Amino acid sequence: MPSTREIRRRIRSVTSTGQITKAMEMVAASKMRRAQVMALATRPYADKMREALSSLTAQTQGTETLHPLLTRRPVKNICLVLMTADRGLAGGLNTNMIRYAASFILERSEPVHLVTVGRRGRDWMVRRSRHILAEFTQLGDRPSLNDTTPISRVVMDSYLSEECDEVHVAYTHFQSTLVQRPTSFRLLPIEPPAEPIGRYLEFIYEPSAEEVLAQLLPRYVDMEVYHAVLEAVASEQSARMVAMRNATENAKEIVNELTLRYNKARQEGITKELLEIASGAQALG
Amino acid sequence: MAKIRLDIVTAERTVFSDDVDVVVAPGHDGQLGILPRHAPLLTALDPGELLIRRDGQETYMAVSGGFMEVVGNHVIVLADTAERAEEIDAARAEAARQRAVSRLSGAREKEFDIARAAAALRRSQVRLKVARRRRQEAPPQAG
Repeated sequence: MPSTREIRRRIRSVTSTGQITKAMEMVAASKMRRAQVMALATRPYADKMREALSSLTAQTQGTETLHPLLTRRPVKNICLVLMTADRGLAGGLNTNMIRYAASFILERSEPVHLVTVGRRGRDWMVRRSRHILAEFTQLGDRPSLNDTTPISRVVMDSYLSEECDEVHVAYTHFQSTLVQRPTSFRLLPIEPPAEPIGRYLEFIYEPSAEEVLAQLLPRYVDMEVYHAVLEAVASEQSARMVAMRNATENAKEIVNELTLRYNKARQEGITKELLEIASGAQALG
Repeated sequence: MAKIRLDIVTAERTVFSDDVDVVVAPGHDGQLGILPRHAPLLTALDPGELLIRRDGQETYMAVSGGFMEVVGNHVIVLADTAERAEEIDAARAEAARQRAVSRLSGAREKEFDIARAAAALRRSQVRLKVARRRRQEAPPQAG
């Protein structure tokens, strides 16, 4: 049985750990809300962009030269953009994402080159001495489109220079505060939405449908990358919030248990002292 | 008088959303004025000023490229960036302009850098122009 003083010291240390995790939980909660708002704010732009893309590709179908970002070619090399957090303490978020990416790499017979976003994924891949084309870290909690365009530029360059013949993005999809799922999608070549959404209209295109499409496609890629980054940020913050909440609850439980032990030990001590006094008095009497 | 619905959205936020009378946008092939009942149109935009007229009031915005779609009485501007005059940091735009000018006079070898600096120059010029509009529009201070 540890002494009462020792138990008291442990109670103090666990309580202060609990206070820290509680604070981290609240910080993550507010960052998560902001990230969710940001992800939602991109929606009107994204929807419109997809709509314009689908009607443009329908319009330019059959022209002899397909835009390079839309052109499929035999796949010899694959590029994977892996989005993880810079920091840990987010439950299983990074582990799950990396495990997903690792099985993605193993499933492919073609060599997979990596572009890492976030420190955790980079460190893991460096340890496994994977080939990394580019790495991005410290995008922060509220990335802007300006912060993420370098990522999309790098992958578009490597696609256009035929360094890679397919580009996939692996990120953690934000389903709800409690559920974040690692997932991936093919970024390049671009798969235009199958059916033109909405109306078939005789549009006037200025300067021309091909020209507008050529200007639209890179921005579409920028937007897709930006969106994935925002999802990843929202997932990171909510995973951290949940992890920290669990930690806080565990701390409370331990404190309760220790308090019980402390009281027992204290009582035992008192009983023992009483017994000693009583038997001492008896011996004297 | 008939109105048109105007939505200006960027990847990060919705900048403007209201009914207006006229939109004049910096189209790729020149200025484009959009009135109600315009034919369906999809155009690329160049960096430039976007003029919104609503109930006799004029609002200018600095747009740095993007697209504009007109369908029915609905105009949607997908802008790379879009700022109202009062949001523009004139000092920052001026600094960007000077940086671009010095780059253009300095780096002659790489074509890529020239194109980028020229684009940066245009964006900063547009911002400065729109920012100056605000000063003209501002009501005289009651003295």
